[in-house]
Amino acid sequence: MTGGSGPAVGDALPVGGAMRVMGAETEYGIHAPSAPSANATMMSARVVQAYAQVTRQRAAGGAETRWDYTDEEPLHDARGWTVDRGTAHPSQLTDQPPVLDAESVALAYGREELELDGQDESGSLLMNMVLGNGARLYVDHAHPEYSSPEVTNPRDAVAWDAAGDLVALAAVRRLAADPSLPPVNLYKNNTDNKSVSYGSHENYLMPRSVPFGDIVRGLTPFFVSRQVVCGAGRLGIGQDSSTSGFQVSQRADFFEAEVGLETTIRRPIINTRDEPHATADKYRRLHVIIGDANLSQVSNYLKFGTTALVLSLIEAGLAPKIEVYEPVAALKAVSHDTSLTAKLRLLDGRRVTALDLQWMYHEAAAKLAQDTGVGDAVDGDGHTHEVLERWATVLTQLDNDRTAAAGSVEWLAKLSLLDGYRQRDGLEWNDARLGLVDLQWSDIRPEKGLYYRLLARGRMRRVVDDAAIAAAVAEPPRDTRAFFRGKCISSFGKDVVGASWDSVIFDVPGYGRLQRVPTREPLRGTKELTGALFQRYREAGPFLGELLGHNSAPPAA
Amino acid sequence: MAGQEQQQPHSRDSQVEDDIPEAPPASPEAQASASTEGVDDLLDEIDGVLESNAEEFVRAFVQKGGQ
Repeated sequence: MTGGSGPAVGDALPVGGAMRVMGAETEYGIHAPSAPSANATMMSARVVQAYAQVTRQRAAGGAETRWDYTDEEPLHDARGWTVDRGTAHPSQLTDQPPVLDAESVALAYGREELELDGQDESGSLLMNMVLGNGARLYVDHAHPEYSSPEVTNPRDAVAWDAAGDLVALAAVRRLAADPSLPPVNLYKNNTDNKSVSYGSHENYLMPRSVPFGDIVRGLTPFFVSRQVVCGAGRLGIGQDSSTSGFQVSQRADFFEAEVGLETTIRRPIINTRDEPHATADKYRRLHVIIGDANLSQVSNYLKFGTTALVLSLIEAGLAPKIEVYEPVAALKAVSHDTSLTAKLRLLDGRRVTALDLQWMYHEAAAKLAQDTGVGDAVDGDGHTHEVLERWATVLTQLDNDRTAAAGSVEWLAKLSLLDGYRQRDGLEWNDARLGLVDLQWSDIRPEKGLYYRLLARGRMRRVVDDAAIAAAVAEPPRDTRAFFRGKCISSFGKDVVGASWDSVIFDVPGYGRLQRVPTREPLRGTKELTGALFQRYREAGPFLGELLGHNSAPPAA
Repeated sequence: MAGQEQQQPHSRDSQVEDDIPEAPPASPEAQASASTEGVDDLLDEIDGVLESNAEEFVRAFVQKGGQ
């Protein structure tokens, strides 16, 4: 390792607790009330375009940049094979980034419309951006998606995920100010309640040495039960909401398999997509598709923090030895039981509630954190203690003080609001006004979004303050390679022609060809390792000259 | 239940910024009354925020598939 000691430098984060390289992906629901038949892909492209216009005004380095697809490997399966023909690892890049895949989708809806609104100033489609905070903003299927930069802990995961909501808000404001376009609303939810679902994914870096079977066994009971802490709540039962009622999770009814590669059909509890976006023989990127998008900061914090703890248990071989009978059915049973009293059958014959399962994981995680020292309140890793404490607090409140829990747990906060309407106005579960409350809960505009109305009244607990979220819109995390990516964009944006999770590509005058800087190690490229380099140079040419210096390997990335 | 004894009072040494102050002790009746008032007040505010024509608005929110 180069560059000093300390827990967050080089390859090593403290093990055994809640610290881990992780990130969030949010697909936003998109709707133009005044143009309900508007094409969703086009509208999503307008969102990306609008944010490009916002940052073009703000960023001295020019517009933010394109995505480099060369390392995308969506067909690699973690169980050890590749579907269809796999693409080789790019050892060099000699040409432009490949054709944007969303382009062909959009083209199906008409080239002329695209030429009117969907182009950037160079005349090509702008459907992907890399942002100065290290995130990616792009069109995925028929939704705008924000993928957060890599962070090392659940608190930062909340901050940079919430920053995405501000990015989306800035785009919404920009579009609303343009009289020639219909205003667009964005919703941080996961279903239209008419049989369609769209995802909010988590990513966690793991050592490749951990057998995938251990991950499946260790995570499945946890994923069946964690929704009681981090479900966002949903009106309606069944994919098409044909049964009236309220359930814990947005996503549970859309899951149909235990393990699999798909993310849009036959969705599995454990997804096996294996694109490490990093040195492939060292790492796997665990792609988690079962979570709900969260506005509640505590639910979001615990979603990332407790999952990171459970992955540490799995890596240590200490995950609770639990097997849930028929986990797909159990997942739905938990979601449909807002009383949290439903008993799940385990293969060893025990019958336990979702809260019981969560306590089993908490107990094991607390013991591992104590044994490794990372959970110490003073000398620990600075995160694990708080995750364990908040987790226990929420589980206890869910058992004995649901009013208190409603200040943290998103589904319960939403349910409390719906119950208020039901009691005041005598509404049935299938009343359209309750459907509107469920939908508008997740409107990202603070004046319209009902979550934000509760937040403004002090009814929702915070994990990070507004200043930290605002800072995360502009600044990358300092302790991962996202720092290098984001600073390249904000400092040298006009010379960056592409970027991805594990590369930044420059086109600099004086260099005969494109310069691709690989960033294969997620914990390199940090502020500690590269901050001084960015301070020394105002121009990309000399910057690259030192970074790619003739006499040494690339020092940072 | 296993693990519950590990629950501890709210941490003071972390960077947590809870903006909800600890409620002072109050009688259950007073708590319930205050809670009801708070909810009524909240619902009144939200009445003014909700989109008009709930049925049509909800019906028109149709999404294409995603991941």
